[in-house]
Amino acid sequence: MPTVLPILQTDVRVSPRTNVDFDEKLATHGVELRAAAVDILQVNVGKLCNQACKHCHVDASPKRTEIMTRETAEAVIDAVRRFRIPTLDITGGAPELNPSFLYLVTAARNLGAHVIVRHNLTVMFEPDQESLPEFFRDHEVEVVSSLPYFLEEQTDSQRGPGVFSKSIAALRRLNAVGYGIDESGLILNLVYNPVGAFLPPAQEAIERDFKRELITRYGIFFNQLFTITNMPINRFLDYLRRSGNEERYIRKLVEAFNPSTVDGLMCRNLVSVDWTGRLYDCDFNQMLELGVAPELPETIADFDPARFARRRIMTGPHCFGCTAGAGSSCGGAVAGSN
Amino acid sequence: MAYYEEEDLPRFSEIAKHRPDLFEKFMAWYQACQEEGALSRREKALIGLAVAHALQCPYCIDAFSQSCLEAGSNMDQMTEAIHMASALRGGAALIHGLQAHNSVKKVSM
Repeated sequence: MPTVLPILQTDVRVSPRTNVDFDEKLATHGVELRAAAVDILQVNVGKLCNQACKHCHVDASPKRTEIMTRETAEAVIDAVRRFRIPTLDITGGAPELNPSFLYLVTAARNLGAHVIVRHNLTVMFEPDQESLPEFFRDHEVEVVSSLPYFLEEQTDSQRGPGVFSKSIAALRRLNAVGYGIDESGLILNLVYNPVGAFLPPAQEAIERDFKRELITRYGIFFNQLFTITNMPINRFLDYLRRSGNEERYIRKLVEAFNPSTVDGLMCRNLVSVDWTGRLYDCDFNQMLELGVAPELPETIADFDPARFARRRIMTGPHCFGCTAGAGSSCGGAVAGSN
Repeated sequence: MAYYEEEDLPRFSEIAKHRPDLFEKFMAWYQACQEEGALSRREKALIGLAVAHALQCPYCIDAFSQSCLEAGSNMDQMTEAIHMASALRGGAALIHGLQAHNSVKKVSM
């Protein structure tokens, strides 16, 4: 149990309360963090959202106005076409609220790309969004949706009053068009993240709980549950500070460092694009405005996967959030528990 | 100085300043006990939480409350475990009432 002393950093959006440098930690374990490929283009189309969750690393809310233009969306599709990117992963905010959302999905699917949408469930009850389940089905979109717990109290505590009941209604609608039903081929994955300053449980164990409880309580089916660690940046960092949990949480992340997670980190096969078209190693770096290595092109218009495939990854103290315990990525845990 | 300080919990390893060999043996045993085995990590964390309450150890209650959350338990499950510990403590006290009955009986006509 190492003693962790705080050091000061100038960027207040990322917690400075660790004296352990992430790159030094990797070096201590003889691990190098470099990209392996560019299989996924993850596009954050803006910070506008119908929700304002307490843990949101994007600081998304109904008040945010940053949103990707059609021109930038076309540059994204151009990159998918030119470089035959296998997967387009669309996130936000609530990406469905971007006027170019339908274009992005349709154009990427027409190019043969697999499309993932990070769908918050409740957005389908917003004006003009009621046909989203059918749209997803018709375009064979993989839907990934946050549901932090199978009980109302915990879910509403994190995502806002009334979100749980709307989420259950939305999941029923997705099930009704075939999502999460085995033989349909329509994939509905859920995301668990802790409702507070603690690490997620073992993914397989909590997935069993979710499947049992969601079926017996609500008759809801889904494919996989991904566990994701809360990242100590932006709104979740504000919560850690307000609640006096910052130092303890950071110490927990650092002490739970698991070198076997590094191979599976999302930054190794993904490039992140922000609403202006700028490029990052992941969505967290994007929120911290920590761009890709300076020797690389900065924007999607200049993107070249050959130059990104083996790139060095830009890191910071927040990276301990992805390497703690069983690790954390957009696809959930990346290793067995440490 | 208060008798119990939250900051002392992460300083636990300082016990090893003296007779580190004993602390190492303790830690190896302690950690091995918490590994997944015939019981799941979650079951072991709930047992730990119940025992922590029976022992009324604030460090253990803090640590095992976190362990239970990180094993996926919710407050209903944790509260049931705490009631189990409390009920056993209550029952253990109450059954000693027979000792009192026996004692009284022995000296009574």
